Amino acid sequence: MADLTSDFVGIKSPNPFWLASAPPTDKEYNVRRAFEAGWGGVVWKTLGEDPPIVNVNGPRYGAIWGADRRLLGLNNIELITDRTLEVNLREIKQVKRDYPNHAVVVSLMVPCVEESWKHILPLVEDTGADGIELNFGCPHGMSERGMGSAVGQVPEYIEMVTRWCKQNTRMPVIVKLTPNITDIRKPAIAAQQGGADAVSLINTINSIVSVDLDSFAPEPVIDGKGAHGGYCGPAVKPIALNMVAEIARNPETADLPISGIGGVTTWRDAAEFMTLGAGNVQVCTAAMTYGFKVVQEMISGLSQWMDEKGFTSTDQIVRRAVPNCSDWQHLNLNYVAKAVIDQDACIKCGRCYAACEDTSHQAIAMSEDRVFTVKDEECVACNLCVNVCPVEGCITMEPMEPGTIDPRTGRKVEAEYANWTTHPNNPGACAAE
Amino acid sequence: MTDKTLEPGVVPGRLDASAYDAHFSDLHPPLEGHEALVAADRCYFCHDAPCVTACPTDIDIPLFIRQIATGTPESAARTIFNQNILGGMCARVCPTETLCEEACVRELAEGKPVEIGRLQRYATDTLMDQDVHPFTRAAPTGKSLAVVGAGPAGLACAHRAAMLGHDVTIYDARPKPGGLNEFGIAAYKSTDDFAAREVDWLMQIGGITLRHGQALGRDITLDALQKQHDAVFLGLGLGAVNALGLEGEDKGGLEDAVDFIAELRQASDLSKLPIGRDVVVIGGGMTAIDAAVQAKLLGALNVSLVYRRGRERMNASAFEQDLAASKGVRIITNATPKAIHGNGAVREIEFEYTDDDLTPTGQTVRLPADQVFKAIGQKLEGAGLPALDGGKIAVQGAGRTSVDGVWAGGDCAAGGDDLTVTAVAEGRDAAEDIHSHLTAEG
Ligand SMILES: Cc1cc2nc3c(=O)[nH]c(=O)nc-3n(C[C@H](O)[C@H](O)[C@H](O)COP(=O)(O)OP(=O)(O)OC[C@H]3O[C@@H](n4cnc5c(N)ncnc54)[C@H](O)[C@@H]3O)c2cc1C
Ligand SMILES: Cc1cc2nc3c(=O)[nH]c(=O)nc-3n(C[C@H](O)[C@H](O)[C@H](O)COP(=O)(O)O)c2cc1C
Ligand code: SF4
Ligand code: SF4
Ligand code: SF4
Repeated sequence: MADLTSDFVGIKSPNPFWLASAPPTDKEYNVRRAFEAGWGGVVWKTLGEDPPIVNVNGPRYGAIWGADRRLLGLNNIELITDRTLEVNLREIKQVKRDYPNHAVVVSLMVPCVEESWKHILPLVEDTGADGIELNFGCPHGMSERGMGSAVGQVPEYIEMVTRWCKQNTRMPVIVKLTPNITDIRKPAIAAQQGGADAVSLINTINSIVSVDLDSFAPEPVIDGKGAHGGYCGPAVKPIALNMVAEIARNPETADLPISGIGGVTTWRDAAEFMTLGAGNVQVCTAAMTYGFKVVQEMISGLSQWMDEKGFTSTDQIVRRAVPNCSDWQHLNLNYVAKAVIDQDACIKCGRCYAACEDTSHQAIAMSEDRVFTVKDEECVACNLCVNVCPVEGCITMEPMEPGTIDPRTGRKVEAEYANWTTHPNNPGACAAE
Repeated sequence: MTDKTLEPGVVPGRLDASAYDAHFSDLHPPLEGHEALVAADRCYFCHDAPCVTACPTDIDIPLFIRQIATGTPESAARTIFNQNILGGMCARVCPTETLCEEACVRELAEGKPVEIGRLQRYATDTLMDQDVHPFTRAAPTGKSLAVVGAGPAGLACAHRAAMLGHDVTIYDARPKPGGLNEFGIAAYKSTDDFAAREVDWLMQIGGITLRHGQALGRDITLDALQKQHDAVFLGLGLGAVNALGLEGEDKGGLEDAVDFIAELRQASDLSKLPIGRDVVVIGGGMTAIDAAVQAKLLGALNVSLVYRRGRERMNASAFEQDLAASKGVRIITNATPKAIHGNGAVREIEFEYTDDDLTPTGQTVRLPADQVFKAIGQKLEGAGLPALDGGKIAVQGAGRTSVDGVWAGGDCAAGGDDLTVTAVAEGRDAAEDIHSHLTAEG
């Protein structure tokens, strides 16, 4: 059995699955139950200065759903903890004392002045917590007060606050980044320059999930009005994965540890984040949708997959896909594949046909008796049919052997790799050496 | 129609040779990969899920279905086997319509439960087809356990005890292990010799010795077992059958349904198995349904299942009653057997209609019968057993009997439904209790 224990910037936990700073980690009662259910660590719900903030009563969430009302994306307008600092600190201390082998990291958000940070850091240190996470991400409410993403959107502030923290505590400092920014590499570099031990990402994305067409207000509607909120859940995973990869691929930040967050729902999501450079993952929406128990599938699945692949420890999978993250210009233009439909698996719905005929390359033929076949002479292997087919594995992309003739172009499939940088159509092409 | 369709008497080969395989193929065929994903997707991952509460072995159903949904059916199988080492057989034979699937919230919502049984089969088949046994034994404890009966209760007990490090010897009267999994379950529920394959797979845990032809009361005694072993588990099942109490019950053509089914289950060639043209089955439980359906599938022209009370009192679930009806079995209720007619062999059997309190109405009916199967319940047989309660071995807690150091579970023990899955739960729990008992002794 694979060893799932995790060491993230010196913080040890029985597995790489942490609960992200959010309602699931808002109090001792939750966190104890989360550890009992199997979570390896938590980032405590963000603490602020007293007096605590006030939340709207609610509704606080909006959502989008897939078929069968499966929750795909959640939007929230909660703020940081609405309980006093003293209560939170006391509870953190008790939990850490009782769960010394689980990770307890404390998320913080105080005003952008050094005194505020100098004041709160020793209080947190005293709880015995394993580290702190700086919440530079909250996109609503707190940002209107110059905190959260208002800091996270200005690299200079990130660097400055990170440095204050590093100078005033021995605890590892994780900087949590907002995705509401154009180039995620900039805040990551700033955090690194400020001395951060790691970055975590993503926090939630600015969003309006829906509009109430009776009251003409964005949802969730509070007394006739709505505000934009933070978007999270399975729907944000692709955005988060890309941002994690961007940082992992950037030579400047290649050694900066990353805690991956955003839509992690199954073991597979976690494995994907980790192969793209995350040392561990944090989860919020999946726990909020399915309860703490959902971690058990993540644990069994990751462990089964690692066993099947022959990995014995989690550090062996971290960054494993990073070398294969390329830019478009370096993709092999000589690689030729064709879609192939498995007639035994096909249920003859015709979705591939509609997609290809109406919107792509007219490369699928439909016979009188609804047999769907690929026209190799038209197929560019775009993969759209694969993505719209309701039957997993029914359509596959089969690479063509070098030396064979591609019926679409009439040209021989070349064995050699060649990309856009050397392509004759590229005005700026440089001859291959 | 074949030339044997209308032939009176009890004769073999009533069907075309090719029909047998089709008739006795899987009742619930296995799910294909795509079907499994679609079925798994319907599970809501309920909190403290009602389906789990309804499963006698408490399988973590939402977890295993989620593991299927995320492409790890092998992990799903481990989740199942953790609780129920005969999860493969249970997936095939559990009356899910009265257990997990009846409790599923989607039964409430849409009248269409998540297909828990078939998903369970998908997961367990996946791992068993890889011939992977997912457990290893704990360090030897030096203690030994005697298990009497290699049915689901005995096997579940033996496996759990072996896993916990004890040495186990199973004694069974029959020449083959499996109990009713091997000799009783309908052929279309356990196809391809699954019962035997499952026992072989289960035995891979190690530390279990099977001894056949060892009947308690004939070849071995409880006393002797207690002397040789540190603990004894009784999983004898119900070896005897109830009688009708009618004159002429020894006439040819009258048979116990369980014997007919056992013969059918052991037959290597079903076309050689004789079956009546007109078959009457007496009883209202699972055994009666199974006998009636299988008689029909073997080519009997007319099969009537006669039950003395009303439909709603039948032990067989609505699903099973519908299954029988769909195969062409005629279900007659509120009729009690009165007389057996015929010289030497049965020709007709006479019933009297009764009202719901079994009060005779005076009206009778005679059904032609070449063959009559009695399925009016099984009972415990054997002397020198621990104290009984209502004809079964009295138990307390996790199967403790009146005799110190002797546990019992499955059909032979009082309490619980007479189901495979209940036998597994009781065997497993007894093993855990035996374990704490043996290890506490030091
Ligand atoms: C025809 C029929 C169909 C059924 N169909 C279903 C179904 O579809 N689904 C379901 O859930 N349940 C079904 N059941 C019920 C289910 O089979 C039983 O509840 C289950 O097998 C009980 O398990 P057990 O281990 O207690 O006993 P058994 O399976 O009866 O096993 C007892 C074992 O003990 C051995 N034994 C008996 N006496 C002695 C002795 N004196 N010494 C040594 N060994 C002895 C026997 O040889 C046997 O191997 C059916 C039962 C019958 C009869
Ligand atoms: C209701 C709610 C409250 C949140 N509060 C915080 C917070 O206090 N601090 C913080 O750093 N992130 C907060 N987040 C963001 C999450 O920690 C996480 O970054 C985000 O939800 C993406 O992960 P997910 O897709 O697994 O939910 C909150 C998210 C939700 C849904
Ligand atoms: S989830 Fe709980 S707190 Fe939220 S609305 Fe429902 S019952 Fe109320
Ligand atoms: S989308 Fe898939 S299932 Fe539907 S016709 Fe095309 S290949 Fe067949
Ligand atoms: S009750 Fe039904 S939907 Fe809920 S967990 Fe069980 S199988 Fe899934």
